[in-house]
Amino acid sequence: MDFEIILDSLPLYVHGLWMTVQLVGLALLFGICLAIPIALLHTVRNPLVWVFPWAYIYFFRGTPLLVQMFMIYHGAGQFRAPLEAWGLWPIFREAYWCAIIAFTLNTAAYTAEIIRGAIEQTPFGEIEAARAFGMSRLTMARRIVLPSAFRRALPAYGNEVIFMLHGSAVASVITLVDLLGAGRIVNSDYHAPFESYVTAGAFYLGCTFAIVAVFKQWEKRWHAYLRPRVEKPPARAPV
Amino acid sequence: MKRLATLFAFALVLGLAVGGAQAKEWKTVRIGVEGAYPPFSWVDPDGTLKGFDIDIAFALCKKMGAKCTLVQQDWDGMIPALLARKFDAIIASMSITDKRKKKVAFTNPYYNTPAKFARRKGSGIEISKAGLKGKTVGVQRATTHDDFITGEFGDEVTIKRYATQDDAYLDAEAGRVDLLLADSVAMADGFLNTPAGKDWEFVGPGFNDPKYFGHGAGIAVRKQTNDLREMFNKALDGIVKDGTYARIMHKYFDFNIYVKPLG
Amino acid sequence: MPDLYGYLPFILQGMKLTVEVAVLSLIVSVVLGMMGAAAKLSSVPLARLIAGVYTTIIRGVPDLVLMLLIFFGGQILLNDLGDALGWGYVDVSPFVAGTLTIGFILGAYMTETFRGAILAVSRGEIEAGFAFGMSARQVFFRITLPLMVRHALPGFGNNWLVLAKTTALVSVIGLQDMVFRAGQAGGATHKPFTFYFLVALLYLVITAVSDIALRWADRRSQAGVRRA
Repeated sequence: MDFEIILDSLPLYVHGLWMTVQLVGLALLFGICLAIPIALLHTVRNPLVWVFPWAYIYFFRGTPLLVQMFMIYHGAGQFRAPLEAWGLWPIFREAYWCAIIAFTLNTAAYTAEIIRGAIEQTPFGEIEAARAFGMSRLTMARRIVLPSAFRRALPAYGNEVIFMLHGSAVASVITLVDLLGAGRIVNSDYHAPFESYVTAGAFYLGCTFAIVAVFKQWEKRWHAYLRPRVEKPPARAPV
Repeated sequence: MKRLATLFAFALVLGLAVGGAQAKEWKTVRIGVEGAYPPFSWVDPDGTLKGFDIDIAFALCKKMGAKCTLVQQDWDGMIPALLARKFDAIIASMSITDKRKKKVAFTNPYYNTPAKFARRKGSGIEISKAGLKGKTVGVQRATTHDDFITGEFGDEVTIKRYATQDDAYLDAEAGRVDLLLADSVAMADGFLNTPAGKDWEFVGPGFNDPKYFGHGAGIAVRKQTNDLREMFNKALDGIVKDGTYARIMHKYFDFNIYVKPLG
Repeated sequence: MPDLYGYLPFILQGMKLTVEVAVLSLIVSVVLGMMGAAAKLSSVPLARLIAGVYTTIIRGVPDLVLMLLIFFGGQILLNDLGDALGWGYVDVSPFVAGTLTIGFILGAYMTETFRGAILAVSRGEIEAGFAFGMSARQVFFRITLPLMVRHALPGFGNNWLVLAKTTALVSVIGLQDMVFRAGQAGGATHKPFTFYFLVALLYLVITAVSDIALRWADRRSQAGVRRA
């Protein structure tokens, strides 16, 4: 294990780390914004309404992220003429935005399912009370359903964030220099697969631990009301 | 316990004897090729490897009196695979550079062609520090072209690195890069003269600076197998002298790509 | 619907390879999962430690990184090992690297699934087995294992679906699965979207069929269980 290679390449890895953070961060942000309306639409009774979110979720959860990304990145080339006509080509030209679009669509599907599951577990009494107050569906969603749904969804969403982090590694396949992209450059330059990929793996491991720690903090805070009451044991009396 | 030790030692000796015996006689040679670099190597729709590198490989083996098997290997793993003894030689248009000489040994060069930029027709991009500023250049990862663009213009351009040259052509066609930098001959045959590359043209001078591009493409072998290296050199001289090289060369090119003018 | 320019058989051949990788990886992952669960539940601290490190690393590092590491690095490792033990050259093909990697990765998730399933088997049944004088091995194979299947099924099904989609990554190390072939066909015909969309639909076929099979298995395993 040649540590000199790793030390020399650290700036490249840090650059890659920043790219990974951008890709994952933006994808999660846009993904949540997209997931909430999709989840809400899914809970509507009318089949003509929920069939669309259902199909979207089915497609993006049933196919690999790599294929979704290829569909957008390589596929955009096939539709260059209409994209240019609509002025969208500058976006699809960049691998960066193609990756973010693919990641966003993917995480939105999983997140929507998580949120929908959490919404459906809202205690019915709260819904009844909201209706008794005369709240509209939108107000009820905003004030009652969603806040408690987010709380319930926290552990599952933490998992999803980690999956998104790991999934983002495929961005390196379309020339983006994220953490894995940095690893591939180091591997080709020094012919050192161990050093290059183990370092990349170590960075990802560190990020994963960080995310787990953050979510543990949040769970501690927002699930405080779920913790069982613990009686403090009486102080030991001196012998 | 003692029985186990003797058994182990016996197996070790046997294994070493079998392993060691291979090095003396080169009756079969495994050659690593890429298969994604027309016209030097590519894969036909029916799966056969074709190209200049392939033909040279077979010609050299015939001259050496050895049986050759081709092993397809992607570029990123080429040298590690050689060192791991997946094959015994690399004939994949690999330029002889000092950086690579640290890990492997090369034969004499078997061809030398300059690198050139290509740009979209009508884009008017000039090859200079000013002209390239802010542009995106596509190169194959870990090639001399990658080293050159990083070293010379790394601050001016955005570099996109691809696993194969073919991938770079795809993105060029899709309009994702402003320029390509690759071997002039490979780019002409593999892209510019094909329908996919009809909107692209060469621009600027040919680049041949040995600092980045080395001294032509050579055959890489492990440093320990010097006897194989000598065999290849002798065979190379042989096929140049008896006209086999010229015949193969003219099958693909109507200009000289050897390091010296052919007699 | 364009006739796919005659590339359909080419893509379907790739699908066959995808399914092969998936099934073989599944077997590897189940074996590793059982071993891992046993290790995590064992009374030997070292076994628990190794299994713990295994699951933590796998769930902390992206699949693609592990795949490249095993494919490129594994070859060198195997060679050094081979040198030390006197073997000749042992090739690590993309198929072997891909299958082992995916099996290895999903083995960690299976470990957690099986561990939870084993713990969910009610103590009473196990105690009854011992009361009958069964040995520990008999109790495990005749009582714990059959009963744990019911608890493991949902997690197992989920893991299988994740595994099936992860097989797409083997295209990155050059294995000619359907994703790789879609790239080739798309490049040759200049219609990459068409072929990648086709491959997406083929993956949906795999997931849909799996879904039906898993739901049937779920129903069968729940037969006779009183539901709340």
